[in-house]
Amino acid sequence: MAYDKFTVLTSTAVPLPIENVDTDQIIPARFLKATERKGFGDNLFRDWRYNQDNSPKEDFVLNNPTYSGKILVGGKNFGSGSSREHAAWSVYDYGFRCVVSSFFADIFKNNCLNIGVLPVQVSAAFLADIFAAIEADPSTELVIDLPEQSISISSTGASENFDINSYKKGNMTNGFDDIDYLLNIKDNIRDFADNTPL
Amino acid sequence: MKKTLFDKVWDSHVVQQVQDGPDILFIDRHMVHEVTSPVAFLGLKNRNIPVMYPERTFATADHNTPTINQHLPVQDPLSANQLKALEENATQHGISYWGLGHEKNGIVHVVGPEYGITQPGATIVCGDSHTSTHGAFGAIAFGIGTSEVEMVLSTQCIMQPKPKSMRININGELGKGVTSKDVALYIISRLSTSGATGYFVEYAGDVFTNMSMEGRMTVCNLSIEMGARGGMIAPDHKTFDYIQGREFTPTGANWDKAMTYWETLHTDAGANFDKEYHFDAAEIEPMITYGTNPGMGMGITNGIPTADAVEGGEATYKKSLAYMGYNEGEDMIGKPIDFVFLGSCTNGRIEDFRAFAEIIKGRKKADNVTAWLVPGSHKVLNAIKEEGILDQLHQAGFELREPGCSACLAMNDDKVPTGKYAVSTSNRNFEGRQGPGSRTLLASPIVAAAAAVTGKVTDPRTLL
Repeated sequence: MAYDKFTVLTSTAVPLPIENVDTDQIIPARFLKATERKGFGDNLFRDWRYNQDNSPKEDFVLNNPTYSGKILVGGKNFGSGSSREHAAWSVYDYGFRCVVSSFFADIFKNNCLNIGVLPVQVSAAFLADIFAAIEADPSTELVIDLPEQSISISSTGASENFDINSYKKGNMTNGFDDIDYLLNIKDNIRDFADNTPL
Repeated sequence: MKKTLFDKVWDSHVVQQVQDGPDILFIDRHMVHEVTSPVAFLGLKNRNIPVMYPERTFATADHNTPTINQHLPVQDPLSANQLKALEENATQHGISYWGLGHEKNGIVHVVGPEYGITQPGATIVCGDSHTSTHGAFGAIAFGIGTSEVEMVLSTQCIMQPKPKSMRININGELGKGVTSKDVALYIISRLSTSGATGYFVEYAGDVFTNMSMEGRMTVCNLSIEMGARGGMIAPDHKTFDYIQGREFTPTGANWDKAMTYWETLHTDAGANFDKEYHFDAAEIEPMITYGTNPGMGMGITNGIPTADAVEGGEATYKKSLAYMGYNEGEDMIGKPIDFVFLGSCTNGRIEDFRAFAEIIKGRKKADNVTAWLVPGSHKVLNAIKEEGILDQLHQAGFELREPGCSACLAMNDDKVPTGKYAVSTSNRNFEGRQGPGSRTLLASPIVAAAAAVTGKVTDPRTLL
């Protein structure tokens, strides 16, 4: 599925300084019953965001009008657990285009890259700096520069580089996906398959 | 060059490499279920492309299925719709489909091995993180997202950077009452829930050599719970004995040819791993979890660790214990429980039901416990009946349900109510995993059985 191109994103950020945020928290299993990719943002962090009577939990960050933006900043080991791509869809659908953490679970990270959400892995120290900067001033903007592979905090000027392989970077900046690439080499795949027993 | 088991299987499946990018990995066998596939099939429709090799994909319904009255229409309209979508997609694309009520239906990671779809040296993927289960046969098997399901359907390949390699060695003999589940929970408690992220794990040593195929599946299944992409065990005579004669296993000359390849599937002496761990089997006790991720496990006779003794942030740790209603330093033995769940792709196989039956035989289910015993497949269900285990369960006051994922992720009606405690043989104790507000204690089938007959957390060794 095609998505918007990603180059430079400047935005305020929503802080979620909790470690090991698993994909069951990002979107609980009972909201995985759709057969189309629609409406997942409504259930992002459902059980942290709403009480069982559907009233909002006032102390959860997504219900706090002080914080908003297109960047979600999470604690270490973000996105562990289930492979559900619905977790990445719900992040995207809610309006986030980038998730920042000091460590990501593999499958979640892959899923994000496949649908146009940029996972930015920073050092533990820089993550602490981001949380501190947002706490001091919630209007602090982060600048994510994908071509330069850098992330900076506007209020402090602090900056750090992040890794992404050049193939995925190309996909993100051009809005391509892996299937576009694979369909172009279908003859090679067929040759390979012919020599591979079922 | 000396190669690991993982290298041998991975390298032989690389169609080509993308410069400064991922490998293009050919996928031998692909399994799909109803939850993570509909949007992938929709993607094919939108691109107007077919399934490239329908004979390499197998579909079964498991996540959403009810575990009682499976002969009746599914009550939840959303679940029914998702199940219908799987049936329509599989039929339209010529994919074998084992839906609700089919004699081969069951949890995707239980039926794959049962019918010989799972084979040594194969690459196997599924839109489900517990696909790592199939690594027990010496396959490279791992979970993928829905975009990748669409990739495999349309091109039989996915694009993946090659993970780093890790070997976990456990030698010595396991003590009484210590099962494969305890081995896995022990490893995860030592490495943490992210300790193997970025790695593919090989399990080696006496403990895994001596383990049954079912036990190996339990260990490999839980690889993802320490962040690993997958785990694998070199195939041996037990592996070959298990798969021979199953429906999708090669026969005759093809079997001989396959065996020639399979017998090469071991790590060469002197091959290098990026990371290696050694543990002693004698250190492992029956395990139980006390927190909200699978890394928060401990020997059942220990006390809940204090915040200063655990890795990671104190606030996260305290939030977790508060959710569970537990305090630092408390004993787990004697904690009251409300539910017991025996089942899932982790522990829903016949060996698990045999182990459960050993404990409950001649005892009675505790009155305060609701027990959900859910076989992983119809094949397991039939074996439970044929081996007389069903009679033992009935005599002890238990009932048996019909196959499916059930309360492991509570997508169907099998939900643990808010605030209630469940001792579960499944794989995740995340907040709300078994129903909004539910509290999960992960454990082996015999720890679950001991809890079921005593109504509280009990050391199963006292009942053996």
